[in-house]
Parts: sequence; structure tokens; C-alpha cells
Amino acid sequence: MMRILDRHKRDRFADFLFKGVSSFFALLIIVLMLFLFVVLAIESAPAIKAFGFKFIYSTDWNPVRASFGALPAIYGTIVLSAIAIVIAVPVSIGIAVFLTEMAPKKIRGPVGAAIELLASIPSIIYGMWGLFVFAPFLSAYVEPFLIENFGFLPLFRGTPLGIGMLPAGFILAIMIIPFISSVIRDVFLMVPPMLKESGYGMGATKFEVIWNIVIPFARSGIMGAVILGLGRALGETMAVTFMIGNSHDLSISLLDPATSISATLANEFTEAVDDIYLSGLVELGLILFAITFVVLALSKLMTMRFAPQKGRGKA
Amino acid sequence: MAKKSLIATLALSFLAAISAVAFAAPAINGAGATFPYPLYAKWTYDYNKQTQLKLNYQSIGSGGGIKQIKAGTVDFGASDAPLSAKELDEAGLMQFPMAIGGVVPVVNIDGVKSGRVKLTPSVLADIYLGKIKKWSDARITAINQGVKLPDERITPVYRADGSGTTWIFTNYLSKVSKDWSDKVGFGTAVKWPEGVGGKGNEGVATYVKRIKNTIGYVEYAFAVQNKLTTISMQGKDTAFVEPSMASFSTAAAGANWKNTPGFSVILTDTDAKGAWPIAGATFIIVHKKPANCENAKAVLDFFDWAYKNGAESAKALDYVPIPKQVYDIMENAWFKEIRCDGMPVSKK
Repeated sequence: MMRILDRHKRDRFADFLFKGVSSFFALLIIVLMLFLFVVLAIESAPAIKAFGFKFIYSTDWNPVRASFGALPAIYGTIVLSAIAIVIAVPVSIGIAVFLTEMAPKKIRGPVGAAIELLASIPSIIYGMWGLFVFAPFLSAYVEPFLIENFGFLPLFRGTPLGIGMLPAGFILAIMIIPFISSVIRDVFLMVPPMLKESGYGMGATKFEVIWNIVIPFARSGIMGAVILGLGRALGETMAVTFMIGNSHDLSISLLDPATSISATLANEFTEAVDDIYLSGLVELGLILFAITFVVLALSKLMTMRFAPQKGRGKA
Repeated sequence: MAKKSLIATLALSFLAAISAVAFAAPAINGAGATFPYPLYAKWTYDYNKQTQLKLNYQSIGSGGGIKQIKAGTVDFGASDAPLSAKELDEAGLMQFPMAIGGVVPVVNIDGVKSGRVKLTPSVLADIYLGKIKKWSDARITAINQGVKLPDERITPVYRADGSGTTWIFTNYLSKVSKDWSDKVGFGTAVKWPEGVGGKGNEGVATYVKRIKNTIGYVEYAFAVQNKLTTISMQGKDTAFVEPSMASFSTAAAGANWKNTPGFSVILTDTDAKGAWPIAGATFIIVHKKPANCENAKAVLDFFDWAYKNGAESAKALDYVPIPKQVYDIMENAWFKEIRCDGMPVSKK
């Protein structure tokens, strides 16, 4: 009798300890994030004081004259991520549809594994492949075609260098497709077969089933996948640095060299000798932190709005 | 219970392993510029084989190197651009050159071989300013008769990352072009009026190799290793000079080291005849009154060894060694200026 009681006590203590340890680790994440924010804020204080709001809307990034404006980098980060998402999302949905609804069982496994493998390739490999293989291809075929046929748009003017905003966007899209498509595939797999079979039973075509049943049902999951991709795109550094051309000139043309926040940081941090220069770079980091935070918060809100759709689909 | 003690043992031995690593850490630490890293790594390796002394050099960038030596967390710092005499005095530091680097403009023009294209200082500056837009511009063809240059747009390529190479290159452009010095100036990173930026020497080399009708600038070693097309530059005495170990060395030997305060000698656009105009030294920075005298002596012993025995490995890695007349001046200065308790740290 005594023994059982002892054991009971010991178990309760172990449970208590376990709860303590795990909540400590969970809290640690929050504390770490707060620290990160506080340190970024303190380190960027000199730049914030010196440039104020001008830092955000000025296009002048001039280390020699110690004048810093982050608009080209902020613009680059946002436009780059937008290009990547616009290209990657339709392709990813296509891949997921093929893998879950159309592909013969035999090739689902291997193709799925290949996509997951692509997701695990380090980004510098994508950057090097982009620079050595993809950029020459773009500059020889794709960009001259764009300039000739769409040159009336200011978006497609300039020299076909194979390096710039659009090429970096392409590489980024290729990099996030595996992430988005494998998540969407998993979501599609969760659509109850009964719903689809009911659709087919009513005489719907494959396209109608996918368009009217599978995609609406998986909507919030698709949103989640897109956010995952967007999160990666916003912070991606090495591949972008290789492909974007690293120019602080703000240009509307997608073929011109541009820069992004993460590329600027990777490039300029090591040799930034002046305090105000360093502080400006840290402020860029703070802005990226804020952009990521806002994007994630918005996406949470949107996923919450989409969620009821799923409930209705079920009923 | 047995399991718990096993975990405890593991944890303890792990801690022990960490502290063992910490205690076995090298006695001499240096940090700074990335450009000379391969050379310093080779030297420290060779020196370690001969003397068993361990030196540890971290290539964290010149900015970091200067910060660390000022804070006294390392025994020596390294920077690609010289500090000014004033900055050195304020922090009680001295600097000396360890190797010479040549920055060479490289081009990618169909059918043009190394050394065929000649450029004058003002033409080079105006290309980077975006004032000369095509290879067929009259100012380029006038000095390049007999060379077939295409009627194509020039794309200038620059270093996107902050670097000593950019410092040397823009310092040169500022000296030879008033327009450049007014509009852009010089530094480890500048606001480029034109072109695309590659990351690192290898980034610029790749861009120039891949994109037609480009012009870029890289450390000499990268031009040689990547078989890029180099050009001849007009020197100060108006004669054209080819980039080579010899012409870089001439620039270093001809400079007035003795009378320049703090040895902040800049090797761009020097007066020496036959000197490559876009050269620069990479520097080591030490404290004049070191906190750790034993380490300071070891550092100077090492660099003395490197001056005297490191020339061959420098050349093998495409760095230009410091000429003897220059390092004699430096070693004299060590003897005079670096002191512990009033006594010189290095031997005469």
C-alpha cells in the first residue's frame, strides 16, 4: 500500500517537473523574440534618431556621405516576394492536384519524394545554379523576348543581363515551390473521399470536382502553405544576393538590378566601419522583422476568416 | 537510477570536453580583412609546423578587425584600407603593410584578348559614372586604334559587399576624376551611379565572365585564376602599364613610406615609373603598448618571419610580397614604437 502511494507521489512530482520544463522552453521562445526586438531597437537607435522617417522613404543609400535611405531595399524585398508568390502558387497547386488526383499511384511516391528533396537543398546551391546556368539562359532567350514583345511596358525595359529583380524572383519561386506544393498536397489528401465521390456520382468532371470541391475545402490549408512560402521568400538571402544584382537604384523595370533587405545585410555588414552605417543596417533588420511580423499576423487573420468555409464544406 | 547517473556522467564529460577545448585554444589571435585570409592562413600553417606556435586568424572583415583590436580582444587586427595617423594615435595603435594587392579592371568583349584594350584614368571613371555608355564611344576608340570594339552598351560591374578592393578602386577614381570625387567619393562601399553588383571578387568575376560587354574590377589573383581579360591602364607618366606582380611591386617600393605618418600609404596613382596605378597594401594593426607583452612579441616574431620567409608562398597565391626596403623600415619602427614597460618588444 505504502509503495503505491510513494509511486503516486513520485509520478506527480515528475509530472510537475515535466510541465515546468516544457513551459520554460515555450516561454524561452517568447523571451528570445523580445530580446531580439529590443537589441535591434537599441542598436538601430542612432540611425532612427539621425534619419527619422526619411530612412523609410528616401532612396539615397550612400555610405560615403553617411546618408541612408532604405526604400530601394524595402521595395525590392516586397516586389521580389510578390513575384515569387505569383509564380509559385499556381504551379504548386498544379503539382498538388496532379499528385493527389491524377498521377498513377506508382509515380506519386517518387515524385513526392523528389519535391521534398528539392526543399532540403541549401539556398546557396540554388544561387550558384541560378548564376551559372539560369542567368545565361534568361539573358540569351527569355529577357530579349520580354523586351521585344512587352517592352512597351516600363516593367520590361533595359539590358538583358539575366540578373535583376525578375531573375531573382524566378529563382525564389523555384525555391519555395517544394514547400508550398508539399503542404498543399497534404491538405488535398485530407479532403474526405466521400465528398469527391459524391461529386463524381452527380456526374461532375474531374476539373469540376477539383475546382468546386477540393480547392474550396482546402482553402485555409492553401493559405497556410502560401504564408509558409512567403515567410521563406521574405528572408531568403544567399540565392537572392547572387541573382538580384545588388543595386540601390530604385527602378520600375523588373529586368534591372535591384536589392533586398536581406541581400543588403549580407553584403554590407562585414565591412561597415562607421557606427551610423552599422546602425542603419541594423535598422534595416528591424524593418524586415516588422514586415515579417505584419505579414504573419495578417495571414493568421486571413486563415481564421477562411476557416468557417471548411466547416461548411464538411456539413 | 543507473540511467540518471549515466546522463550525469555524459553531461559532466561534455562540460569537461568544452573546457578542454577552451583551454587548448590558440594563444595568439588575430582578426580582420578577408582579402589576405588565404595568405595569412598559409603563413600561420607553415609557421606552426616550424615553431609549434598556434596562431588563429579570423577573417571577419576589416571593420570587425579594427573594432576588435581597439577593444583589445585580439592580439592583432587586419585591415585592407589604412587607418589615418590620427585614428591610430587616438587608439594607441600602429599599422604596417603585410602584402600588396593589385586591383585590375577586367572586360568581356567578343574577340578581345588580355592587354589589348587600353584605358585612360578619365575614361575609366566616366564609364563607371555612366557618361561613356558604349564601347564604340569616340573617347575609347581614339586610344584603341586597331581594336574592334562593338557598338554595344557597357555594363559596369562592382562589388556589392563592402570591401578593401572597392576602397582601392574608388580611391583611385577619386584621385583621377574630379567628377567622381564630387559625386561619389571613395570608401569600402559607395553609391554606384551605374551597373550591377556581384558579391565578392568571385561574384564580380562571374558576372564579367557571364555577361557580354561588361567591365569589372577584381583582385589580380581572381583575374588570373578565372582567366579574365585584363586591360592596360595609363599610369601617371602617361605610359600604359600592364597589371603584373612587377608593376604592383614597383608601386609599393616607390611609395614614400618613411615620411608618411602612421604608414597610411595609399598606393593608388603613385608617381613611380612603371607602377600599376590601382594598387594597395593590406595592413596589420597592433597596440603600441600591448596589454599582453608575451603575445605581442610572438606576433612580431611571426610577422618578421613572414616578411623574410613568406614571399614565395605569397607569390604562389598571387599576392605581392612586401619589398625588402619597405619591411626594413617597418621593423625599425617596431623597435622604436612598440614597447612594454619602456623596453622595445622586438629585437633590432
